Amino acid sequence: MHSFFDSEVPGSSFFDLLRQVRSDLLPQIQIKLEGLSQAEIRELRESPHGTTILALRFRDGALIAGDRQATEGFQISSRRIEKVYKADEYSAVAIAGVAGPCIELAKLFEVELTHYEKLEGMPLSLEGKANKLSQMVKANLPMAMQGLVVIPIFVGYDVRSSQGKIFKYDVTGGRYEETDYYATGSGGKDARSTMKKLYRDSMTEDEAIAVGLEALIDAAEEDVGTGGPDFVRGVFPTVKIAVRSGLQDVPEARIREVCQAIIDRRKDAESAIRHSSREVS
Amino acid sequence: MAVPYYVSPEQMMQDKAEYARKGIARGKSIIVLEYADGMLLVAENPSASLNKISEIYDRIAFAGAGRYSEFENLRKAGIRYADLKGFAYDREDVTAKSLANAYSQTIGNIFSEAMKPLEVEILVVEVADGALPNELYRITFDGSIGDEKGFAAIGGQAEELRQYLKDNYQTGLDQKAAMRLATRALEAVSNAKIEPRSLEVAVLERHRAGRKFRRLSQDDLTTILTDTD
Repeated sequence: MHSFFDSEVPGSSFFDLLRQVRSDLLPQIQIKLEGLSQAEIRELRESPHGTTILALRFRDGALIAGDRQATEGFQISSRRIEKVYKADEYSAVAIAGVAGPCIELAKLFEVELTHYEKLEGMPLSLEGKANKLSQMVKANLPMAMQGLVVIPIFVGYDVRSSQGKIFKYDVTGGRYEETDYYATGSGGKDARSTMKKLYRDSMTEDEAIAVGLEALIDAAEEDVGTGGPDFVRGVFPTVKIAVRSGLQDVPEARIREVCQAIIDRRKDAESAIRHSSREVS
Repeated sequence: MAVPYYVSPEQMMQDKAEYARKGIARGKSIIVLEYADGMLLVAENPSASLNKISEIYDRIAFAGAGRYSEFENLRKAGIRYADLKGFAYDREDVTAKSLANAYSQTIGNIFSEAMKPLEVEILVVEVADGALPNELYRITFDGSIGDEKGFAAIGGQAEELRQYLKDNYQTGLDQKAAMRLATRALEAVSNAKIEPRSLEVAVLERHRAGRKFRRLSQDDLTTILTDTD
């Protein structure tokens, strides 16, 4: 532990503090791939992956959601993993990629934001938070080059401009603001296709939740890595919304209800198709 | 060659203590009260931005009296200590007791080794979960640490405030009653009316989800202090 009263410690960033005094606790692991066998490298790359995450804006703010499955090669390693994390009172982060570093990064990001807020007496601006996350993703680049990729989506409610915002990232820490919707991870493309069809400007909260879950269900149908709503085990996607009153968890009961409605509708449509095709033949 | 004067260790410590006490006596006071659902921290502070009360961790708060720059440094060191510990282990493992001990060590070392002692007095406050008792530690300029029950006061008029609270404090107050008691105590020792805008007030609320620390706004204070029920 560093000296308690050390004037050399950095300013208001927990990430910098950690780097200076406890670099062993940073999420970055440096591995030399040269010494490893092919099997070992494969094992490293096949460590549990979190899959589909998405975000979309609606009238009163922004929504962020993710499925609950982690995949290890062709195996399911967890059905209940959490990919969407509260970052502070007004923002949340969802992370796709190798589960271990993802969870570490989300935890570190949360501490980073509250640390700053406590030291400075006021929270960072939403842009400031998004920028900080970008630096943390960039610091992960050496690991990403070894296959341990970590890709977040960040959403928050910007109290200064009174709107929800979405930021997406690339592996180099590049940060891009997205105006409507975005999805990433193994089922990201499928989720994006769904949102492309269903997204409208100024949706209500209910509509946004329905579109988000529809996109996740489509991703689960098309992508082997993504888990759909599991009515047998009672595992459902995580959905959080960032609105004026702060970040809120959408209760599981409500998510279950919306998922049920989507699936019932599809069942009806399916049987209608079967029915009409019988009549034709 | 000039021969330095010999000063006995006793004399040196006494001088340092006197110096620190004088520095603290010039400052304003802070009260912490335990009430039914949490801990209330009240500081006389005419500045709206230079805080004397602060959040340290999920259930831990800090109050500092004396020289601002010095207790501000202690406050920041405490936040760093708590966040590092919570990140390395778990959020539950960050306790007021270990933080208060770290403060006590640091302030004690500075008192015995540095030329100038810290002119500060601080409180470390923790609201407990459920049935466990809350914790309230007072650490003075020489690093001595005390475990207080129910209420504590630091700063310029700490002695008088402690006496007043000893006579008037009772357990199981609600938040409003605790706030009024704190204001009455400050008014009694300063013989003046206390305006809400000269107070900095925060609470650690036991039943609040997540972070327990909350600052009371000027509006909250005005409502509590002018409400007559």
